[in-house]
Amino acid sequence: MDWSRIFTNVAGEIFAPTTAAYALGAIGLNIHFGLTGLLNMGQAGFMLLGAYGFAIATIAGWPLYAAVLVAMAAAAVFALILGIPTLKLRGDYLAIVTIAAAEIVRLVGRSTALTEITGASSGLRGNEYKHTFTGASPFPDTVWSLGPFSYATNASNSWWIRIVAWVVVGLACLLVYLLIKSPWGRVLKGIREDEDAVRSLGKNVYSYKMQSLILGGVIGAVAGIIYVLPRAVQPDSMGRPMTFFIWTILLLGGAATVFGPVLGSIIFWAGLMLIKTVMRDGVPETIMRNEQIEQFGWIIVGVTLMLLVIFRPQGILGDKKELAINVR
Amino acid sequence: MRELATLDRSPTLRRSASVLLVLLVASLALLIAPSPARAATGPCVADAATGCINGTIRTSAGQPAVGVSLTVEGGGTTVTVTTDAEGKWTAPVTAAGDYTVTLDPATLPAGETLRNPSGNPRTVTVTLGSSSGALFPLGEPAASGGGGTGPSPTASAGAGETDGETGAPTGSSTEGGFSWSRLAQQTVSGIVFGILLALASVGLSLIYGTTGLSNFAHGEQVTLGAILAYIGVQTFGLPLLVSGLLAVIAGAASGWIQDAGIWHPLRRRRVGTTQQMIVTIGLSMALQYTYQFFFGASALRIVTANPDIVTIGTVRISVTSIWSVIIASAVLGAVAYFLLATRIGRATRAVSDNPALAAASGITVERVIRLVWTLGGALAALGGVLMGLYLNATSWNMGGALLLLMFSAVTLGGLGAPFGALVGSIVIGLVVELSNLVLPSDMRYAGALLILILVLLLRPQGLLGRAERIG
Repeated sequence: MDWSRIFTNVAGEIFAPTTAAYALGAIGLNIHFGLTGLLNMGQAGFMLLGAYGFAIATIAGWPLYAAVLVAMAAAAVFALILGIPTLKLRGDYLAIVTIAAAEIVRLVGRSTALTEITGASSGLRGNEYKHTFTGASPFPDTVWSLGPFSYATNASNSWWIRIVAWVVVGLACLLVYLLIKSPWGRVLKGIREDEDAVRSLGKNVYSYKMQSLILGGVIGAVAGIIYVLPRAVQPDSMGRPMTFFIWTILLLGGAATVFGPVLGSIIFWAGLMLIKTVMRDGVPETIMRNEQIEQFGWIIVGVTLMLLVIFRPQGILGDKKELAINVR
Repeated sequence: MRELATLDRSPTLRRSASVLLVLLVASLALLIAPSPARAATGPCVADAATGCINGTIRTSAGQPAVGVSLTVEGGGTTVTVTTDAEGKWTAPVTAAGDYTVTLDPATLPAGETLRNPSGNPRTVTVTLGSSSGALFPLGEPAASGGGGTGPSPTASAGAGETDGETGAPTGSSTEGGFSWSRLAQQTVSGIVFGILLALASVGLSLIYGTTGLSNFAHGEQVTLGAILAYIGVQTFGLPLLVSGLLAVIAGAASGWIQDAGIWHPLRRRRVGTTQQMIVTIGLSMALQYTYQFFFGASALRIVTANPDIVTIGTVRISVTSIWSVIIASAVLGAVAYFLLATRIGRATRAVSDNPALAAASGITVERVIRLVWTLGGALAALGGVLMGLYLNATSWNMGGALLLLMFSAVTLGGLGAPFGALVGSIVIGLVVELSNLVLPSDMRYAGALLILILVLLLRPQGLLGRAERIG
């Protein structure tokens, strides 16, 4: 077994752009679920909408900052539309509505009726919308190596996207840290613990929930941009499984914590890579074929999610006293 | 006393359950061996060295056409592919250039013809790293044909009004315009689809009613039924009826095992329903990928023969669908009788209304819940078998795709109201099929989900639910 290659693969996954994108998606979900107690089961919908907004605006010739703003605005509007009918209802209604709405975004995006705009099920190719982002890079076009890791400075899967992605993740963590400390964040936590108590203090619970849904959704949209920059906008790769992976990441790291989503994402992707590479080398082809190893990895994710929720709902970093998953 | 009553029956049940489990594992294990042959037909992913040619074939009624064979020739290679459960096909090629795609008309579902025969074979230009589409619309060869065939004198009433479609030679937008015969056809399809969907959603609604749990793994129960029927017919060569019956029994057993193994202990640990809901999501993920692990991502046809079609007036319907509707209606009638007229059925409704009060008046709540899980599993499995026959094939994610439609139906009817789930399913079935008249067919599920959101906006308690259920 080639341990140095396995180690390189796993270590590379720790700071891969995908890991950062999922961490950011989970940070957005953390604002929904960890801070406010909203059961958003459609985080992938926010990410897909952000990805579409960014890619379509860039293809239409908009500059980088405008395209990012379009993505964020799209997510904010989406959150408003979802929140108005559901935030006054019980928690599981929000779960069903968000999962359905995310599915609607995906179904409409992949529909052949919109081929001109969204590229239907084959999606939008990376080269069509990447140029403004790579153009903003201060680095020369070359290949840099750091130890065993060698990536291009600017092209698709580059150092540039890694640096930007992790800086954004850092900023989002800082934001969550400040929010948890702020009076605003305390109201959110109050809503999570006892909505009626907060209401009796004269706070507009509905409005706070809406603000939380929009903020988390906008962070999700940015996560979507980071997710698609090294690849293509493929609606089917951003469906329900993506939402469920983000939930697993959040619950693994610990909801209602600052670094939980980041730790969760790193462990999730590095662990998955470790399992897959070790099994590819260690399990003969006659017992398990390559794509079966892939599926085996996802089965483990599903079982992990079940066990986590049952036995350690507070995750690795969480505090059981602070967070009992019991949303109304 | 009650404890004793439940305990003394459990050893026999447990024994029979474990026998079933062993049988299940054995039958699954048998399928590891044949699966490598199917691996090659997985979806094509375009990368730097691969280009994809793909398309979706739908019948004139908008259903996926399964098992249609296509040949892709060019660049010195020939690839033969068949369409999957969703009517989709993909062919990977490793060199850029022009490829000829030929559809074998003999493999089309019975009674279907190419709308534009001159478009077969057609030439597709492929570039590496991207996907190219080759679409073969089915239907009457008529004026709406895309490839420039002139108006045909035999144009049927259905296709005659589609002049506006000439700009869309792919035939991918609304398939044909509005006509009364299409309306009738889609209405019948919608009712069939709705009744089959009701089998699955009634169980979902009963489980929600008695335990308060939104079961996201219910779709996998549906898939289980369909896949077991597939194993019975295709692997063991059993007659469809026997195989379907065994699948339903196994579905009931799996519902029983699930409650005994997971949900009952969780309720005893006083794990909240929200937490349990996330557990069902994990379970759903684990089960879906387990199915894919053993059976691959391709379509599994329970019955490979093409269905016999009968024509009633202008409506075409397969004989299998007629039988499916009869069976489903009879079973749903039996469920209604059970809930309304039997003692245990009344107990079930009492638990739905108020578990604490039901327990206080001498109802064994846990036993009722176990029964509901068993019944829900059986109904979902039956729904899966019939749905697999109706859609012409099943696959690892069939139930997952239907899950949100079930939730829409249950929410529309009122969460926890089993008769509401029945009404809701039929409405959703009609919406899915009738939206074909105005929406592109690949957006038809989106219409049903939109209804779900509108219902929550306007009447959150659903059609038959009571307003007090809403928090």
